[in-house]
Amino acid sequence: MSKRLFVKGNEAAAMGAIEAGCRYYFGYPITPQSDIPEYLSREFPALSGEFIQAESEVGAINMLLGASACGVRAMTSSSSPGISLKQEGISYMAGAELPGVIINISRSGPGLGGIDASQSDYFQSVKGGGHGGYRIGVLAPNSVQEMYDLTMLAFDLADRYRTPVMVLGDSVIGQMKEALVPNPRPVCTLPEKGWAVRGKGDGEQRVVKSLFLGDGELEAHNWSLYAKYQEMKEKECLSEEFQTDDATLLVTAFGSVARIAHTAVTMAREAGLKVGLFRPITLFPFPEQALAQAAGRAGRVLDIELNTGQMVEDVRLTVGAGIPVAFYGRPPGAGSLPSPEELFEVIKKHYV
Amino acid sequence: MQQVFARPQSLKDVQTHFCPGCHHGTVHRLVAEALDQFGVQDRTIGVASVGCSVFLYGYFDIDVVEAPHGRAPAVATGVKRAKPESFVFTYQGDGDLAAIGTAEIIHAANRGEDITVIFVNNTTYGMTGGQMAPTTLVGQKTSTSPYGRDKKKDGSPIRMAELLAQLGGVAYSARVAVDSPKHVLEAKKIIKRAFQYQVEGKGFSFVEVLASCPTNWGVSPLVANARIAEELIPYFPLGVVRDDERDNEA
Repeated sequence: MSKRLFVKGNEAAAMGAIEAGCRYYFGYPITPQSDIPEYLSREFPALSGEFIQAESEVGAINMLLGASACGVRAMTSSSSPGISLKQEGISYMAGAELPGVIINISRSGPGLGGIDASQSDYFQSVKGGGHGGYRIGVLAPNSVQEMYDLTMLAFDLADRYRTPVMVLGDSVIGQMKEALVPNPRPVCTLPEKGWAVRGKGDGEQRVVKSLFLGDGELEAHNWSLYAKYQEMKEKECLSEEFQTDDATLLVTAFGSVARIAHTAVTMAREAGLKVGLFRPITLFPFPEQALAQAAGRAGRVLDIELNTGQMVEDVRLTVGAGIPVAFYGRPPGAGSLPSPEELFEVIKKHYV
Repeated sequence: MQQVFARPQSLKDVQTHFCPGCHHGTVHRLVAEALDQFGVQDRTIGVASVGCSVFLYGYFDIDVVEAPHGRAPAVATGVKRAKPESFVFTYQGDGDLAAIGTAEIIHAANRGEDITVIFVNNTTYGMTGGQMAPTTLVGQKTSTSPYGRDKKKDGSPIRMAELLAQLGGVAYSARVAVDSPKHVLEAKKIIKRAFQYQVEGKGFSFVEVLASCPTNWGVSPLVANARIAEELIPYFPLGVVRDDERDNEA
């Protein structure tokens, strides 16, 4: 068994990337994620890794595009305003079907906003973000351990589906320290990268592109992307349930606020209230089936987010009109992080 | 019978989509000849940009990555770092490189990335229909400077070869033209020299090629060629601005 370490969430993500075999990092400094480039710039030389502090977020995502086009495991990391700048490159990578991992330790907005924990980038992350109708895989860790584990998973998903995958955390998850068991990278079989450019040698020319001008070409390409996203929905949904079996009120929450909600649900159980927690781990694909079942059993849902209501739209679409879905949110800003006691009071209010 | 002229191996036997009199075909050929001469076709990864040259992969028989508008030097950076044994060049127009991609070219050059950049400057945005570019000459009429480029309002045309030559990471920077047989032969030599820098792993090399766009200039190919000699070259002087090996010897 691996020894237990005491590390920051951001460092855990960087460690997970190294364990996943990533040796190429391109990024630009931004709070609250700078521990990631700092860690990798320190560790990569001994691993023969390439670290570039790019001239901009745009530069960084396009370096990732170029490295990924060569078939290597590569990544970037940033925080919300930086991720906005990267959307062009993410769209091109989705269009050219390039893998690549993007860690987003999101912060508050809009605009320069602040550096506090926020979940206001749920829409941007799961609905495409850039131009064109695409999706990317989005994983939402709620602990330092998951920062490590899900970063490794992100690389596998990216390679399996030839898509960018985002690890969406926030300053709570990125900056907090807790125990980490740095498990070895899971063994899995991944498809060959027969599409990657390499210098053609004696072989056929390979082209990595997202321009399709021929009659019907782009439509077919979009349907093929759609089919890929459907396959991800069928095979890759992840979620966690806590006390949902006999719950009559189901709390839904992801990432950092799910940790706070977990404590609040425990308080509710201690008070004799039959409350459960459903935590989507993959935000795209959204764990519709598991949520529909848990919500169907409970008959009532309370969605909690660090924003004014984003994931709640997917929750409502999933559970349908027959199940009431209430929402409680705290938009970001200094002092806006709810306490377990605050969420417990909200739960009591919605518990029938 | 001895064959004295043939299609370069690095070019496909296909028709291009370029307009009559456009210089892209000539520049493609010079680049392909240089790839052949160094025998690097099989380890070359080209980076295509956005503009008339986006179809690079349709004409060059090499692996190609298509970059977003202006981002080719950043994409090429990722490619070269991931595959340092490969030969990497970008091929970019003036809107792509000198406007929307200014940050990417300056920083790739300043890092001294071991890549070669072919910069085709025709003083206009070709593919979008002849709008004003950062290289458009003062007084030049385009579809977005219908009264001529106004220096007060629009600034002056950027001389990229000179600008980049100031950066520490640049080993070679030159400007050529392909408006006459003499200039084509000089351009051929200079592109080869630029490629040589990369083949020998000696740093970032840059060749600016003054080129015509008869369609968007609204003139015949002959008049377009004459304009290069009479208007472009006086503002964008031809020659080698920086050649580290030569300059270090001197």
